[in-house]
Amino acid sequence: MQEFATPFTPWSALAGGVLIGLSAVLLMAVNGRIAGLTGIVNGVIPPLSPDWTWRAAFLAGAILAPALWFLAVGTAIEIAVPVSTIALIAGGLIVGVGVTYGSGCTSGHGVCGIARLSPRSIVATCVFMAASVATVFVTRHVIGL
Amino acid sequence: MIRIVATFLVGIVFGLGIAISGMADPAKVLNFFDLAGTWDPSLLVVMFSALATTAMGYRLVFRRTKPLFDADFHLPASGRIDAPLVLGSAVFGVGWGIAGFCPGGAIPALGLGRMEPVIFVLAMGVGIFVARTFRNQRDRAAFAA
Repeated sequence: MQEFATPFTPWSALAGGVLIGLSAVLLMAVNGRIAGLTGIVNGVIPPLSPDWTWRAAFLAGAILAPALWFLAVGTAIEIAVPVSTIALIAGGLIVGVGVTYGSGCTSGHGVCGIARLSPRSIVATCVFMAASVATVFVTRHVIGL
Repeated sequence: MIRIVATFLVGIVFGLGIAISGMADPAKVLNFFDLAGTWDPSLLVVMFSALATTAMGYRLVFRRTKPLFDADFHLPASGRIDAPLVLGSAVFGVGWGIAGFCPGGAIPALGLGRMEPVIFVLAMGVGIFVARTFRNQRDRAAFAA
């Protein structure tokens, strides 16, 4: 299992988390909207929602951010994807269905919703976190993918 | 126009936060869920710092009567904790545990110039589209009845 290991990175986690929170606060202050990526992405999938322009602008900024980081700092953000293409496709489909019925994901329920002490968001976040932990236990320790 | 530009800038803040925090990195996300294996607590720090920032910032924002560039705050009505919320969130958690991407993690990852986030986001878009279509049809049927 050691090939999966990643180091604990508390400072970048803290800085990144504060920026995520700051973006949620700013979107509410500017636009009066919840920074939930499920809702924002949903509005730019045809048929487009009537207010798709601010959603597209938010998404464009989010997608450009890693390139801006690279231009400013000179080092690229590195990620590793330790799953197969089939897992990416299956996971993507399942996530899309789940967040549609669950009315939100980590950003909308886990950050914005819990910050508002929404009971629905607190329940949703506990459920999806528990399901993710259970799923990884099965894929890594039962099936041994 | 100023609203669109402001929202674009907020999107950059969100994308930077996600990229710096590690939420865009499936290796770190999956290790956060792998309590029985190579556990990496970084995302716990991300969630708590994002949540604390949002909770404090929202208090300031909601002292105002309306957002800067909109007539009202658009907050989800606090509905019931129902089956779609719980089951949908459980399904989302399974998909997150399979692929290691959630919607908010995958969108900024699109800007890293790798294929895996593209594959995931396309599949997620299909999942959202199908679930939304199915849900709308059922709602219309219920309304007609």
